[in-house]
Amino acid sequence: MWKFTIRRILIMIPQIILLSVLIFALAKMMPGDALSGMVDPNVDPERLEEIRDKLGWNDPWHVQYADWVGGLVQGDLGQSFRFKMPVTELVGERIVNTFWLSIATLFFTYLIAIPLGITSGRYNDTWLDQSITSYTYIGFATPLFIFALVMLWVFGFMLGWFPTSGSVSPGLQPGTFEYVMSKITHLILPAISMALITTVSTVQYLRSEIIDTKQKDFILTARAKGASETRVYNRHILRNSLLPIAAFLGFEITGLIGGTVFIETIFGYPGMGLLFFESIQLRDYSVVTAVVLLFGIASILGALLSDIILSLVDPRIRIK
Amino acid sequence: MSEKLLEIKNLKTSFRIKDDYFAAVDDLSLSVNKNEVLAVVGESGCGKSALAFSVMGLHTRAKIDGNIMFKDRDIAHMSPSELNKLRGKEMGMIFQDPLTSLNPLMEVGEQIGETLFLHNKALSKEKRKEKIIDLLNKVGIPRPETVFNQFPHELSGGMRQRVMIAMAIANEPELLIADEPTTALDVTIQSQILELINELKDDMDAGIILITHDLGVVAEMADRVAVMYAGQIVEIADVHTLFENPKHPYTRSLLNSVPNANEAQDKLHVIQGIVPALQNLPREGCRFKARIPWIEDSAHEEHPELHEISPGHFVRCTCYKDFDFPESEEEKHGVS
Repeated sequence: MWKFTIRRILIMIPQIILLSVLIFALAKMMPGDALSGMVDPNVDPERLEEIRDKLGWNDPWHVQYADWVGGLVQGDLGQSFRFKMPVTELVGERIVNTFWLSIATLFFTYLIAIPLGITSGRYNDTWLDQSITSYTYIGFATPLFIFALVMLWVFGFMLGWFPTSGSVSPGLQPGTFEYVMSKITHLILPAISMALITTVSTVQYLRSEIIDTKQKDFILTARAKGASETRVYNRHILRNSLLPIAAFLGFEITGLIGGTVFIETIFGYPGMGLLFFESIQLRDYSVVTAVVLLFGIASILGALLSDIILSLVDPRIRIK
Repeated sequence: MSEKLLEIKNLKTSFRIKDDYFAAVDDLSLSVNKNEVLAVVGESGCGKSALAFSVMGLHTRAKIDGNIMFKDRDIAHMSPSELNKLRGKEMGMIFQDPLTSLNPLMEVGEQIGETLFLHNKALSKEKRKEKIIDLLNKVGIPRPETVFNQFPHELSGGMRQRVMIAMAIANEPELLIADEPTTALDVTIQSQILELINELKDDMDAGIILITHDLGVVAEMADRVAVMYAGQIVEIADVHTLFENPKHPYTRSLLNSVPNANEAQDKLHVIQGIVPALQNLPREGCRFKARIPWIEDSAHEEHPELHEISPGHFVRCTCYKDFDFPESEEEKHGVS
């Protein structure tokens, strides 16, 4: 088990190096830089060149890459041009918000997916299954950013049940009960909006896993033992069908990253996604590269998590 | 004659294909006595497994007519909860493929334990474990203490079939159904498994329905043999009669197609044609007619019945009287 995990973690190192090269190259290939976007157009271009020289932007690419990686290793992600503060500090605030948003979204995703998937798989080809399947198709077809806007409009503005932007009401003392509650109420609407759309793939996956498992021979064995239908489902079918779902968790995390960019932008939720969106608009490249790098690392960690979970729950791939 | 354990009367198991029902087992009657092995033989698609599944009540989407009397209770029309009290306790089943018939995520001990638990909830955990180890010993598994905590994928095919058997006999059933228990195993393991089933039979005084297409297995194991073709029994007799004096053309063709090791043979005898698909089964007249075209139509009965030609020896249709194997290729293609 440990051997497997360690080997799996070692594989991540070249993955992360490759990722950093790609991100660096893409960032350098983008036209313009922070100076071309934000500086008063009347500034003398020669003066701009001077600043670029000073910032090292005219160095050969490998020198720039080495500088960037050198900084990363020391935890220095560069300076944000817009916020005039270190990116590390900037990201540090946001990453916590995105972390909680992701956790809440995952929670709602499974809260919806597991009962729907089970019902749909168990009673397949009934009207119940057909209505659940219809929901999944609608979910697949609905763009997240439009759905989120509708949710915001209905529950945020019309009904006024939830706050419409931010991650906490202003003026509350961190650590107090009101502060935590305010954080939670700000989380719920974006998390549910995202979960309702992203959950559909998990529902379908679980449905087909259950339909597949219930035709397996060992289900007949269980029935031949005299197990009741409920027991057959709970002990034999579910356990075998949830396994790939558990492994899917890691990839679910990758999917969340794309979702947070939309959701945070629409709900004005100060997390990594919103930061990413704003920084792109303002060509704040040191922030963009840092955020993309962190997103990339999150995906790699997600895949790692999938593999570890799978090896924990499936005795067939447990390596001794 | 010993006591009747299972009596099937006019069983008809039909499956729905599109909007029609088609009978995979058609008007079948037979009985199994205590401490008797009844072999059911036939090609693939003859309805042997459909019969076994009907007895166990494992068909989820089939229409079942007729009666299956097990110790004077009709199990064909029992409620699922009543049936669950019988399955695994008074009736056990061994399946064809031990590789897929065990739950891959459950330890062997837990899987056998489930059968015990379901029918005796009062049994303590320690007692149950003791009993499982006993069972594993009984079916000839070495190091039962280790195997108890192993997963199916850690065991060989033969071992897994032994585990399946342990599971089926855990509550000492009175009726054991073995659906091609050795088909998926290699020959040396096959004979070990058959030997084991034989031993257990004497041990438990149980009735066994052995479903197979291997006539060697039949000769070794069975007391009586029922030959099935296209959902019907075409011949039923005790094992000696059937092998020495087979009557029905299908039985004779089956026996004829077994290669003989003592004689040099240029070619293997085959039965021409295949078992028709469920939707295409002839519902009238002799069902085997299409595969023996050189026999005159008049030799067949219009509504073939089982005829008792000697005590306990039944043959369907009158065509057996005129049947003989064709001598030439030309003759084979028939008169009609």
